[in-house]
Amino acid sequence: MTQAIEHLPSKLAHTAHGPRAFGWWGMVWLIATEATLFAMLIASYFYLRFRSQPEWPPSSIEAPELTLPLIMSVILLSSSIPVHFAEAAIKKGSVTGLRIGLALGSLLGAIFLGLTWGIEWPEALHHFTPRTNSYGTMYFTITGFHGAHVLGGLVFSVWTQVRAWKGAFGADRHLTVQNFTMYWHFVDVVWVAVMATIYLSPHL
Amino acid sequence: MATSLVAEQLHAIWHERPGLAGWASTVDHKRIGKRYLHTGMLFLVLGGLESMLIRAQLADAQLEILDPETYNQIFTMHGITMMFLFAMPVLSGFGNYFVPLMIGARDMAFPRLNAFGYWVFLASGIFMYSSFLIGQAPNAGWFNYPPLADRDFAPGLNIDYYTLGLIFMGISTTGGAINFIVTILKMRAPGMTLNRIPIFVWGELAMSFQIVFALPALTLANVMLELERRFGFHFFGEAGGGDPLLWQHLFWIFGHPEVYIIALPAFGIVSAILPTWSRRRIVGYTWIVVAELSTALIGFGVWVHHMFATGLPQITLSFISLASFMVAIPSGVQVFAWLATLVAGRPVLRTPMLYVLGFIATFVIGGVTGVMFAAIPLDQQLHDSMFVVAHLHYVLVGGALFPIFGALYHWLPKMTGRMLSERLGKISFWLTFIGFNLSMFPLHILGLLGQPRRTYTYQEGLGWEPYNLISTIGTFILAAGLLTTFYNWYMSLRRGEPAGNDPWRGETLEWATTSPPPHHNFDHIPTVRSREPAWDQPDLADGAQPIEQGGHPLTEGHITLSTSVLDARPQAVVHMPHSTPWPLYLTIAMTILFTGMLVSSILIVALGGVTTTGALFGWFWPRRETQET
Ligand code: HEM
Repeated sequence: MTQAIEHLPSKLAHTAHGPRAFGWWGMVWLIATEATLFAMLIASYFYLRFRSQPEWPPSSIEAPELTLPLIMSVILLSSSIPVHFAEAAIKKGSVTGLRIGLALGSLLGAIFLGLTWGIEWPEALHHFTPRTNSYGTMYFTITGFHGAHVLGGLVFSVWTQVRAWKGAFGADRHLTVQNFTMYWHFVDVVWVAVMATIYLSPHL
Repeated sequence: MATSLVAEQLHAIWHERPGLAGWASTVDHKRIGKRYLHTGMLFLVLGGLESMLIRAQLADAQLEILDPETYNQIFTMHGITMMFLFAMPVLSGFGNYFVPLMIGARDMAFPRLNAFGYWVFLASGIFMYSSFLIGQAPNAGWFNYPPLADRDFAPGLNIDYYTLGLIFMGISTTGGAINFIVTILKMRAPGMTLNRIPIFVWGELAMSFQIVFALPALTLANVMLELERRFGFHFFGEAGGGDPLLWQHLFWIFGHPEVYIIALPAFGIVSAILPTWSRRRIVGYTWIVVAELSTALIGFGVWVHHMFATGLPQITLSFISLASFMVAIPSGVQVFAWLATLVAGRPVLRTPMLYVLGFIATFVIGGVTGVMFAAIPLDQQLHDSMFVVAHLHYVLVGGALFPIFGALYHWLPKMTGRMLSERLGKISFWLTFIGFNLSMFPLHILGLLGQPRRTYTYQEGLGWEPYNLISTIGTFILAAGLLTTFYNWYMSLRRGEPAGNDPWRGETLEWATTSPPPHHNFDHIPTVRSREPAWDQPDLADGAQPIEQGGHPLTEGHITLSTSVLDARPQAVVHMPHSTPWPLYLTIAMTILFTGMLVSSILIVALGGVTTTGALFGWFWPRRETQET
């Protein structure tokens, strides 16, 4: 079989995004391994719950209040929307849309984090600490792991925004934006699992 | 000759700085692969010395070469060293060196991450070994069960070295696995469709999938244990509603796949050596690949079989027992495919082949004793006896050490450009093989007689002495065998015959370039049209497939190709990062961080945190020449 002689460097694109880029696949597998980590954490929660006591939460700790967590959920999940539009914008070449979307997304993320660490945690600490029992341990470990991921996402967002302001991205150059978006959506999806485990399941 | 001009151009683009700066900043997968190999071999020597100490102590009843506490530290470090610091890194090292060559790529997908992975592996190894300096090496066995590993029973730093060291090391392993996956999915030379991927590469891919999904369990378990030990969290301690069995579950969700994480690439080595030395294509390519992938999958279903003795519900046990029997099937499929290749081919009994045959024999014995354990009553009888030690060494030494040494004899000529002595190779093999069987077979009998593992001595008059003495003698013969290979290696570097491109007439792409390969691997990235390209495509000679046949010189820059996952069609030109010292700096910063956590110093932790952040920025700071997006 003889093929036509191809000179690939002049024929192919020199920037890649989506599944053509190595970095995109790197992010996919990073998320896969992180998702496994959260799955194990949540499995551990239920393992300890079903192994230890008949009552959960144990030793007259109240099941968690739902109002604030629900508000937090709305805030965090809605942050995915501007982030999604930011990515859509840069795909069409709109740097302004990118900047606005990312800024809005990170603002919502920051509010979520502020609520977690500023109100939700101090409130919980009135009733129990990680050292009280396995319930307190799991509560703080899981929300802590998730919060750390939101923080990581925020740093990633700021980094992406700085580069967006410096004009690093365009219609055919936005792998970092894509990777950030993927990561941010992931952190949001994990929150749904955290919400269901930590806040809803004790009421069942 | 047009090609030498291309070679010169590519050399100018891909070569790295010489001297210390180049040493600290290299991102060349071949240099990194060799580093993994050399460092891993160094740890084999350390782990081997530890096993000699263990065996010396057990040579006779009531010896006092090691006191009980030292014995605990030594066997724990032996297990950790052999699993995490020898077998895994060496197998990754071969992967690092040969995966890009076998798939016709210029480097790994993430060269800086690759360099970082090596440095972190080195740093975490030194971190764990530094525990000996203060006499507090990990001492609760390689699977480190609480409550023994909890603060009440292990107040020293021993266990903290274990937990922090393995968390640190996990970063390297995870990064490496992701790097392998992306490299194998996205960087195969044009034409290397899925069904033309060399089996060794499949093995590294299966290993990497397992790491991605298994390692988080280990990392998480260690984070939990550290939180419990340092801050009084309640995961494993009964008192606060924790459960020690949670550790066991998490550990074995990782720990059983770990056995395959080591075995699958080792099987890959076997499937790479066999066709070359049997002078025929591997029999049952598809079967072997399916077997590797399904082993990777079933490997996740059997963790509980390490916990048969813990009093779980009967139905769980039966289910897991079934799964454990099932793992035997894909392993069996591979063994039969190898035997068929041997029978149908014209085997040449040189050293690499001897190691492969030694592997098959040993591994089958280990597999048979393994299937015996899948029967629960037997497992409960032999649990924690020397029989288990014998079984796991037949699997691991058979399944990892022999293939690794076979791979040395097969591939060192490619890596160094020099031949090894065949005579020394044969001597080494027979010493290793005989020494190994002498040292491990008697442990089966001792286990049946009741000698427990992890116990520093035994009473006189139980009739155990002769078997133990034989075992100890065997260990020293085995050590002599390994040393012979190291000597052989050293002599070949000094005055080995030049190897030429393809001393064995191998079938995969690495044999189509020079020995050692140039920085850019192939002058022309080839177009692949066969599963055994080096046999079927005469146009590949010297790594410069003529352009008319589909060779791609890519002399326009520091570039390589991104190809599609299924059928390896070129999709984009990728600009690769240049060499950089930031991975090393980041590793140093993280070492500070982990040391701070070890000694509980807020100051050092803060310093480590700040430098780590700084190093991350330094690493990711956009550089024009790589066109980062
Ligand atoms: C070089 C020859 C080797 C010898 C003579 C040897 C000897 C031993 C002995 C006697 C023990 C049992 C100690 C005890 O329970 O009291 C042991 C444990 C162990 N060995 Fe080896 N070993 C060798 C190589 C290896 C290799 C290559 C691996 C893995 C790739 C390995 C992995 C282990 C593990 C995981 C344990 C269990 C440690 C524990 O109980 O926590 N060994 N070895």
